[in-house]
Amino acid sequence: MARLSYLKALQRALSDEMGRDEAVCVLGEDIGVGVNNVTTGLLAKYGAQRVVDTPLSEQAFTSFATGAALAGLRPVIEFQIPSLLFLVFEQIANQAHKFSLMTGGQARVPVTYFVPGSGSRSGWAGQHSDHPYGLFAHVGVKTVVPATPEDAYGLFLTAIRDDDPVVLFAPAGALGVRADVDMDALGPVPLGVGRVHREGTDVTVVAVGHLVQAALAVAEQLADQISVEVFDPRTLHPFDWDGLAASVAKTGRLVVIDDSNRMCGIAGEILATAAEQMRLTVPPKRVTRPDGAVLPFARDLDLAVQPQQDQLLTAVQEVYKSSR
Amino acid sequence: MSEDAGLYRTMRLIRRFEERSIELVHAGEIVGGIHPYIGQEAIAAGVCAALREDDIITSTHRGHGHVLAKGADPVRMLAELTGRATGLNQGRGGSMHAADFSKGIYGANGIVGAGGAIATGAAWAAVKEGSDRVAVSFFGDGAVSQGVLLETFNLAALWRLPVLFVCENNGYATTLTVAQSVAGSITGRAEAFGIPAVSVDGADATAVLDAARDAVARGRAGGGPSFIEATAYRFDAHHTWEHKARVRYRSDEEVAAGRSRDPLDVHGSRLDADVRAGIDAEVEALITEAVAYALDSPHPDPAGALDHLYATGLRGRDGIGLLDTAVR
Repeated sequence: MARLSYLKALQRALSDEMGRDEAVCVLGEDIGVGVNNVTTGLLAKYGAQRVVDTPLSEQAFTSFATGAALAGLRPVIEFQIPSLLFLVFEQIANQAHKFSLMTGGQARVPVTYFVPGSGSRSGWAGQHSDHPYGLFAHVGVKTVVPATPEDAYGLFLTAIRDDDPVVLFAPAGALGVRADVDMDALGPVPLGVGRVHREGTDVTVVAVGHLVQAALAVAEQLADQISVEVFDPRTLHPFDWDGLAASVAKTGRLVVIDDSNRMCGIAGEILATAAEQMRLTVPPKRVTRPDGAVLPFARDLDLAVQPQQDQLLTAVQEVYKSSR
Repeated sequence: MSEDAGLYRTMRLIRRFEERSIELVHAGEIVGGIHPYIGQEAIAAGVCAALREDDIITSTHRGHGHVLAKGADPVRMLAELTGRATGLNQGRGGSMHAADFSKGIYGANGIVGAGGAIATGAAWAAVKEGSDRVAVSFFGDGAVSQGVLLETFNLAALWRLPVLFVCENNGYATTLTVAQSVAGSITGRAEAFGIPAVSVDGADATAVLDAARDAVARGRAGGGPSFIEATAYRFDAHHTWEHKARVRYRSDEEVAAGRSRDPLDVHGSRLDADVRAGIDAEVEALITEAVAYALDSPHPDPAGALDHLYATGLRGRDGIGLLDTAVR
């Protein structure tokens, strides 16, 4: 076993895929020196033809990658800031994603977009702290939010190998996570397959990304009163509805914690699907950012609009009590 | 067929394809309408005559001319416009997204200026694979005000990529004149990035071909991108909805003057009359066949409405229960 950090897992996945497949190349801003510590060392290892520092032209280089993918390459793009995805929404949602259907299956666009440090990084304020994974799931772009180092490795690998566009969010809150892993056992993790991090029988908690750690902490805190099952969907689209249904069939109670805005967020979709198709014994709850939240700068204000562990704890207790 | 005859044939094919398509719009056989290319045929014909089959193009909402000139089958193209299963895109793309990847046609595109970066990325891939293929991005005068296209000029010049930017200046971005929308000049946009730019008469197929040959040769030789502004007059509507909407932004006198210099006559006059008549007859038979084939072709099965949504075959959940696509 070796100690693997989440960031190192991303770096290793990208480097391994570049080594395995010559078609894989990476584009982005300041990636030569690796300011986000994911592309570190890749320029020296694979050269400037495959590790391309781009001008600050997100819209152009995003569709540039689409063209390269249509012509046979497998580009990976690093975005330094999650909000840059708003800038390139046209290029991803309206161009890259639509080529396959619009051309009647003639074209494929295997591009991976990744954000090392999505959501709040504390103190980065309104325009650097969004978590827009729900937007991409909504329009149908494959959307991945790994919570652990081994999943970061495995899902990044799968995203790069996938023949469709995939957006991978690496939450800032997860970048520091470390785990003891068997390096030889690292491998691709399929899209659309969730993971139960902790089994339980009373309440299912669905946690997205870095909030898996919060959910595990709450489960531990409540261990002598409530048996909490922690379900990590790992990919939001496709979503492992069967995995969720199996968990809810056991517990009959559901709480979702999701670090994005409440209105039309992924938590709402999860609750709606559970209400339509699963047997819930009590009304479910969700812990999210408020409607239309913009993260304010000051630390206490920033924290006030992000879902917190104690809010999750209360929600789990309430859902559990309301059925007794 | 001589080069001159070939150019004329391409233009005649586009012209008759467009005229028949307009009839099919009015007959209700092409739903959603089209953006007719009539009046601009010499540009697609001239540029594509300088290309090889393995070169790449990206096109626009007014894309039929480029797609046909690059070698797409007009029969399957018309089947696409009429939304048939036999269409180039199996009826999934229609007029604004017609594509044929086997001919390097990366598709018409519904967003103005969006094809530039796609073509440039494809040109990069062509260089990386060690080929001398080039990519061409067609766009209109409206696109030169799109930021992403200007960003793309920078990337193409910076990395000396074999891409040819062809701006078809037909004077109008829908109803907005170039004078109302372009500060400076159109070629000046490219020159600002050090991209060699020329302005040519887009009603003269030979002039367009000559300029395109220079640009393509430069690209194949590693000399980087080029820019051609080809001026022309759009004979018909921006879109066929104008035929009913009757929006007025061009005077009758202006339209008559614009149509008086027909690119088919400009180039057709260089051919012997019997050669021209022979091409006209051959094209007429082909278009007649295309219309018959399209209208006889089956409509796609609604059960497959979301086929090809993902290259991997992923199926999402049902929306309204019409499709049998449940994941479970």
